[in-house]
Amino acid sequence: MTTEATARTVPYKEKKPFDYDPYLRQGKLPHIWCAGCGHGIVLKSLLRAIDALGWKNDDISMVSGIGCSSRTPGYVDFNTMHTLHGRAFAFATGVKFANPKLNVIVTTGDGDALAIGGNHFIHAARRNMDMTILVYNNYIYGMTSGQGSPTMPEGAVSTTSRFGSIEPPFDTCELAKTAGATFVARGTAFHAQELEKTLYEALKHKGTSVVDILDSCPTYYGRFNKHKNVSEMMKSIEKDGTISVAQAAKLPPEKTEGKIVRGILHRAERLEYCDGYQNLLDRVQNK
Amino acid sequence: MSKKKIFVQGNEACIQGALYAGCRFYAGYPITPSTEVMEQMAANLPKVGGKFIQMEDEIGSIAAIVGAVAAGEKAMTGTSGPGFSLKQEIMGYAAMAEIPMVVVNVMRAGPSTGYPTGPSQADVMQAKWGSHGDSPSVVLVPSSVQELFYETIRAFNLAEKYRTPVVILFDEVIGHMREAITIPEPGEVEVIERAKPDCAPEDYKPYEVKDGKVAPLAAFGTGYRYHITGLYHAEDGFPTADQQYIHDTNMRLVNKIEDNKADICENEELFLEDAETVVFAYGVSAKSAKFAVKELRAAGIKAGLLRPKTIWPFPSDAVEKISKTAKKIIVPEMNLGQIHGEVERYAAGRCEVQGIFRVDTEPIHPKQIMNAVLGVPVEPTVIPDVVDFTARG
Ligand SMILES: Cc1ncc(C[n+]2csc(CCOP(=O)(O)OP(=O)(O)O)c2C)c(N)n1
Repeated sequence: MTTEATARTVPYKEKKPFDYDPYLRQGKLPHIWCAGCGHGIVLKSLLRAIDALGWKNDDISMVSGIGCSSRTPGYVDFNTMHTLHGRAFAFATGVKFANPKLNVIVTTGDGDALAIGGNHFIHAARRNMDMTILVYNNYIYGMTSGQGSPTMPEGAVSTTSRFGSIEPPFDTCELAKTAGATFVARGTAFHAQELEKTLYEALKHKGTSVVDILDSCPTYYGRFNKHKNVSEMMKSIEKDGTISVAQAAKLPPEKTEGKIVRGILHRAERLEYCDGYQNLLDRVQNK
Repeated sequence: MSKKKIFVQGNEACIQGALYAGCRFYAGYPITPSTEVMEQMAANLPKVGGKFIQMEDEIGSIAAIVGAVAAGEKAMTGTSGPGFSLKQEIMGYAAMAEIPMVVVNVMRAGPSTGYPTGPSQADVMQAKWGSHGDSPSVVLVPSSVQELFYETIRAFNLAEKYRTPVVILFDEVIGHMREAITIPEPGEVEVIERAKPDCAPEDYKPYEVKDGKVAPLAAFGTGYRYHITGLYHAEDGFPTADQQYIHDTNMRLVNKIEDNKADICENEELFLEDAETVVFAYGVSAKSAKFAVKELRAAGIKAGLLRPKTIWPFPSDAVEKISKTAKKIIVPEMNLGQIHGEVERYAAGRCEVQGIFRVDTEPIHPKQIMNAVLGVPVEPTVIPDVVDFTARG
């Protein structure tokens, strides 16, 4: 870690605008994301957090599955891998285990992580291999034009739940925590600075970190569910629909009902997988 | 140090070959009859400082080895039938992203869960066509425990040389049979190490083709930052929609293997010069075929053996050649004629092609092959009591 970078506080509050260029691949923009999509905001928060940690591009590997969110690795100047739908965690497990010096980040969507990739997700959390998982949670399948996802609220409309979803959604954070992730947090694209802080802590944490990021899809989720425009959608879901951990702690339960809690929700200390394996190697080889 | 002799089953010979070739990463999920491949890796890799991980399923296992290869390791995964089916999507990914790695499939009887503890050769077509799209396939079919050791080394070498996934296909019999094998000393058998880029990082293009060869795959974390994707990608690794380039890339991926058959295909040939009937057999069936051909020769019958060690790319030249001199080719397989069809294709009507297809999980008996050569009708599930060498059907 370079001292200069880590010296600054998070979130980024310098006078000059933040320079994203050192982290972006020249010539690979514009991105594929729709106007009003929060994926770009999330990426910016992530890059500022990485900058604050002083990580070198060479030491970062970003792995993704398939989906809009999974296109992120194509834009960043790291060691990047765009893999297959649902499988990013398993590919990332191979990368990290083979070279534990790499800082591994997984960018994934709610469908990618929790539907087709659900099993890999819980096992990644259980192993506690050091990696940071960003679930870009837009409650819908963006890439394939708006089918229902496992985080879609009951009653929500999608092209595969035209009359309202009758399925209960997954809570990404509860799932991650129960499966054993040692750092679990939630942010939103609306709260970009707070998200930067959260991601900073998530990246710094040694072990599997999961950050559920509410990042509403305007093109499909927003339109299908009668949100007037992007700002109204973000305001009603991400701003008014959520509450920070600190605020929630101050309010009586009836005031927080129905609100989704943001911030760091769970932290635990547990032996990281690669360290555990190193212990095993020491034992076996010193015999 | 004198040469090491060990008495092991095929599954262990396979991992000994992998270790000899420098494989230091294994991810897997247990399944009969390949489980010992995984268990032996679990027992041996830590001793040499290698990485072993039991994944949550076969998809995760093959995904993990792709990740490990990107991070610079030589890596392998192993499985059987149902697990091989699960791995198919990522077989295609590895072919597309040109990831050098080795996948073992110890065949058991299918379809479905089928018969876990009995041999089969019914995944030969899946090994070629199992993943969607036209993709390159390199598939080795060793026929003894010692050969499995050497062929595993060859699998790793071919993977590195052609930057492609290589499959080793054997079956429950070879996997579980014990034979005394010799482990050569280090350096005795050639091991191809992964080529490293020699250009500056800013000039590196992971899919650049020079003199027909794709650039070396740089390891993540070594300063060569690049992108890997299963989408059609340009030389720099980023997705492309250039239709001519897509066409050229699909052709290149397939032809980097097909055009190098002379290097990749290896056959064992026995008495082919004057053989009137040639048995074309691979894997476990070739064991019986070899025995049968020798017996027939001893009885003065002009039989020969063509035994491919590489089934994909298909040894079409060798089949074409014998179809011009032999009267008949007999193809014994533990499936319903998957390779028989290929032999017919390349014999192209120049000689008769007859199959013996046995799917009751019992290996094809030499007597069945002898009878077929002699022209006596063969019942797939019935082992004849005697062979009448005077018979001419
Ligand atoms: C095996 C497989 N099944 C289905 C698809 C089609 N597919 C591509 S992206 C996607 C859903 C993406 O949704 P999500 O993961 O939520 O990400 P988003 O696009 O919303 O960011 C699907 C179903 C695929 N590519 N591969």
